[in-house]
Amino acid sequence: MISQFFILSSKGDPLIYKDFRGDSGGRDVAELFYRKLTGLPGDESPVVMHHDGRHFIHIRHSSLYLVVTTSENVSPFSLLELLSRLATLLGDYCGSLGEGTISRNVALVYELLDEVLDYGYVQTTSTEMLRNFIQTEAVVSKPFSLFDLSSVGLFGAETQQSKVAPSSAASRPVLSSRSDQSQKNEVFLDVVERLSVLIASNGSLLKVDVQGEIRLKSFLPSGSEMRIGLTEEFCVGKSELRGYGPGIRVDEVSFHSSVNLDEFESHRILRLQPPQGELTVMRYQLSDDLPSLLPFRLFPSVQWDRGSGRLQVYLKLRCDLPSKSQALNVRLHLPLPRGVVSLSQELSSPEQKAELAEGALRWDLPRVQGGSQLSGLFQMDVPGSPGPPSHGLSTSAPPLGLGPASLSFELPRHTCSGLQVRFLRLAFRPCGNANPHKWVRHLSHSDAYVIRI
Amino acid sequence: MPYLGSEDVVKELKKALCNPHIQADRLRYRNVIQRVIRMSKLDQWGQAEVLNFLLRYQPRSEEELFDILNLLDSFLKSSSPGVVMGATKLFLILAKKFPHVQTDVLVRVKGPLLAACSSESRELCFVALCHVRQILHSLPGHFSSHYKKFFCSYSEPHYIKLQKVEVLCELVNDENVQQVLEELRGYCTDVSADFAQAAIFAIGGIARTYTDQCVQILTELLGLRQEHITTVVVQTFRDLVWLCPQCTEAVCQALPGCEENIQDSEGKQALIWLLGVHGERIPNAPYVLEDFVENVKSETFPAVKMELLTALLRLFLSRPAECQDMLGRLLYYCIEEEKDMAVRDRGLFYYRLLLVGIDEVKRILCSPKSDPTLGLLEDPAERPVNSWASDFNTLVPVYGKAHWATISKCQGAERCGPELPKTSSFAASGPLIPEDNKEREQELPDSGALMLVPNRQLTADYFEKTWLSLKVAHQQVLPWRGEFHPDTLQMAFQVVNIQTIAMSRAGTRPWKAYLSAQDDTGCLFLTELLLEPENSEMQISVKQNEARTETLNSFISVLETVIGTIEEIKS
Repeated sequence: MISQFFILSSKGDPLIYKDFRGDSGGRDVAELFYRKLTGLPGDESPVVMHHDGRHFIHIRHSSLYLVVTTSENVSPFSLLELLSRLATLLGDYCGSLGEGTISRNVALVYELLDEVLDYGYVQTTSTEMLRNFIQTEAVVSKPFSLFDLSSVGLFGAETQQSKVAPSSAASRPVLSSRSDQSQKNEVFLDVVERLSVLIASNGSLLKVDVQGEIRLKSFLPSGSEMRIGLTEEFCVGKSELRGYGPGIRVDEVSFHSSVNLDEFESHRILRLQPPQGELTVMRYQLSDDLPSLLPFRLFPSVQWDRGSGRLQVYLKLRCDLPSKSQALNVRLHLPLPRGVVSLSQELSSPEQKAELAEGALRWDLPRVQGGSQLSGLFQMDVPGSPGPPSHGLSTSAPPLGLGPASLSFELPRHTCSGLQVRFLRLAFRPCGNANPHKWVRHLSHSDAYVIRI
Repeated sequence: MPYLGSEDVVKELKKALCNPHIQADRLRYRNVIQRVIRMSKLDQWGQAEVLNFLLRYQPRSEEELFDILNLLDSFLKSSSPGVVMGATKLFLILAKKFPHVQTDVLVRVKGPLLAACSSESRELCFVALCHVRQILHSLPGHFSSHYKKFFCSYSEPHYIKLQKVEVLCELVNDENVQQVLEELRGYCTDVSADFAQAAIFAIGGIARTYTDQCVQILTELLGLRQEHITTVVVQTFRDLVWLCPQCTEAVCQALPGCEENIQDSEGKQALIWLLGVHGERIPNAPYVLEDFVENVKSETFPAVKMELLTALLRLFLSRPAECQDMLGRLLYYCIEEEKDMAVRDRGLFYYRLLLVGIDEVKRILCSPKSDPTLGLLEDPAERPVNSWASDFNTLVPVYGKAHWATISKCQGAERCGPELPKTSSFAASGPLIPEDNKEREQELPDSGALMLVPNRQLTADYFEKTWLSLKVAHQQVLPWRGEFHPDTLQMAFQVVNIQTIAMSRAGTRPWKAYLSAQDDTGCLFLTELLLEPENSEMQISVKQNEARTETLNSFISVLETVIGTIEEIKS
C-alpha cells in the first residue's frame, strides 16, 4: 500500500512528511518529487509519476500538493479518493486547507495521519470514529473580520448583497473543542452547480452540461437527524414524468451511502444523520436539455482590415437571466492574435474594466443585472503575417489567434437545472439551547463557458 | 491487516487466509468467502480491499459465479469511485468466460466513468480518461453517443486535452464523425502548437476511415500557412497516402505552395518523400526539389539530405529531362563534399547504380507506392476484454502499456511481469485455492537438497570456456511436442534461478539453449538443451564443475519439473 505521504507548498517546500513503511528513501523524496514535477515535459501527465521503483500520485488542492508514494500497483481511483478525503478531513479539522493553517497545526495533522493510516493501510476516514482518538486542538488564525470577505467562499460567507450577517464558517474548524460545541449550532446546505457550455461561431449550441452537488457542512452534534426536501417535480432520467408541466429534470443522480432514500421516490425527501464536517449528499448531472435559457449570449462582430492590420472587435453581451437575478464577477477572457500590444476600448458602463493581460483581453463586469445588455468596442493593431492571399479583403474569417471567448461568472441564488431545496428540517432536540441556524444557499457558477468567434 | 470494519470480519478473513483445513475443504472455504462478501458494515476502503482480495478467488461452478456477482451487484452503484472500479474489475475477471456479462458490466460502468471524466478533480478526470481509452480498445463504439463529454475545454491542462483528443479519435462513427471533425478542426488552430499538432494527427487517424472529409479539412489547414500546422499536415499526408492510395490525387493538388512554410526536419522529409514518389502528378515538383538542392550545403539535417537523394533519383526516373542536371549536381556534392558518411555512402551507391544502367535503377527503386494492408496490421483489431481486464483499475492504463513495460523491466525480472501471457498460470499472485499446484512445484525447487542462488549471470566467454573444459556429467532425453515460445521457458527458468546464457529463436531447427545455475556452495551447473528437427524429444546435457551426485540429481529434477510444466501448460 502507501509508503509515504507528504504535503508540499506551491513552491515545493515540504510542510508535512510521514513515512509509513520505512522501505523507500527518506525525506529527500519530497524534493525529488518536486524536481520531477517541474521538469516534466508538457505532454506527460504529472498525476502519476514513476521514479526508481516508486510511484508518486498527487493531487493539487488549494495550491498545496498532497502526495503519496507506493511501490505496488494499486488502484489509482482509490488513491485519488484517499487524497481527496484527506484534504477534506484536514480542512475540517484545521478550518481550511492552506499553507498557513497546516503550518500552525502540524501536530494535529500528524495525529490525524497516525489514526487514518496504519503501516500504509487505510484504517478509517470517518470523522465519527476519528473523533474518539484525536486529542489535539486546532489553532485558528485571527478572528474573522468583515474586510476579509470574499464572495467566493462556501458555507455561509455570503456576498455583500446579503442581508444576513456573514458567519465565519468558511474558515472555522468544524471539529473543534468540545466545550463550545453547544454554542454554534449551525448547518449549511449548499446546492452548487457547475455549468459548461460550448457555443459555436454561428451561435448554435454545441454542448451544455450541468454538474450539480448538494453539499452539507454540519456543526451539529453527530447523529442529529435531518430531512432535506427537494423540489417535488424533479425527475430523474428522460422517461420519468412527475407533476404537471415540464418540471425539472436531471439525467443521473447519485447519493452518499449514508443517505436514507425511503421517502425519495414519493416525496423527494432525503433523510440522513450526518457526522460533523463536510459531506456531499447528492450529485447529479444534466446534459443538453436545460429548462431555462442560457445565462449569457455573446454577439461578437469582428472587422479586420488586413492591409493596415487594424482589428476591431465589438462584443455585445446579453444576460438572459430573469430580471430580478444578477450575475456577479463576470469576466470575459478573449485571447488575441500574437503581437498585439495595446488596445483602445469603449465600454458601455463605467463600472466595467477591460485590460490586456498576457496576450488576451480581460473584460471585468462586477455585476450584471438579468435582462441587461452590455457592450464593448475594442480596437487594436495586429502586426505580422498576412493571411491567405486569395480570399479578398472583406473577409469574415477572424485572424488566427483570436481565440474562443470564455466567460466566468457566478449566479447567486440561481440553479441552472431549476432544482431547489424546499426545506431543511432537523429532528426535535430538547437541548435547551437556541435553535440551530440553518443556512441554505443555491449557487451556480461557470465551469467552462466557451463561445467561439 | 487493513481495517475492514469490525473484529469479526478480520477474524473471518484470517481464518480464510491462514487455515489450511479451511482451504482444503472447499465447501467451508466457499462459505467463508460468501460471508465476507455479505459484510455490510464495511466502509469504502474495506469494500475496496475485499474486492481486491476476491480477485484471486475462482468460483467452482457457474452457479456460484453468478451468486457472487449478484451479491456484489450493489458495489457497482456505490458513490465511491474506488469501489465501483474495483467491482468492475472483479466482475470482468470473474466473468472471463462470459463475454456478454463483461459487456453488460462495461455498459453499467459507463455512467460513473463519464461522471469521473467531467469531475472537478483534474487528476480523477485524467485517470478516468485513461480507463475509457482502455475500454475503447475492445468496444470502440461504447462511448460514441457521449462524444460531447470529451470535447476539450479551454482551461484544462495539456495532458487532459491530449487524452481527450485521443479518445475522440477512437470513438468516431458514422453518426458523430461530422461533429467530431468540426471540433478537431477548431483545435487545429489553437494557440498551443503542441495541442494543434496533436489534433492534426488525430484527424489523420480518423482519415483512414473517413478519407475524403479529412483530406479536405487538412487541405484547408494548409491554406493558413502556419509553420507548425503545415509541417504536421504534410507528415499526415505522407502517412495517409501510404495507407489510402485513393486520396493521392487530392493530396497532390494540395501540396504546391507548402514548401515555403516548412522549416523543420520531419516536415521537410515528408514533403521530399511525397515529391519523389508522386512527383509525376505534381507539376512543379522538380523545381521545388531544385530549391532544396541549391541549398543542400546549408542543410543541417542529414536525414533530409538522404531523403532528397532518394526522392530526386525517383523523380529522375519519371521526369528525366528536368532532373538530370540537378541530380548530377547533388550527387557530385554528396560524394565529393559531404561530411556525413551515411549521406556520402548513399550518394555513392546511387551513382554506382546509375552506372550499371537505368533498368537496374528502375528495378530497385520502383517500390510500391502504397500499402493499404499495413493499415490493417497496425491498427490492433478489437482486443478481447480479457487481455486487459487484469490491468483495469491499476496504474497500468494510467502509464500506458509501453511505459509500464519499461518500468517493470527496471523493477527486476524476478517478478513475473506483464510480458507473460495472461493465460499461463505463472501469475505472481496465484489462485487462492491453488488449482493444480503446478506453480507450487515450481517455486520450491527441491528445497532440501539444492539451493540455487539467484542473479549470478555468467559472461558468455566464461560459460564457453567452462563448457569446453568439462565433461558431460549427465545426459537425458525428455519427450517434447509442438511449438513453444522461448520467452516462456526463459521466464520459467528464471523463477527457479536458472539463468539463460543463450537461446535460439523460436522456430529455428535445431533449437538450442544454454543455461547456467549456481548453488549456494558455488557449484556450477551448465546445461545444454537441444531440440532436433525430426525428433519429438528434447535432449538435455548437464555439466557440473564439482562432482557431486546428489546435487546433480536435484538439479536435474528441477530441470525436469520446469520443462514438464511448460510442456503440460502449452498443450
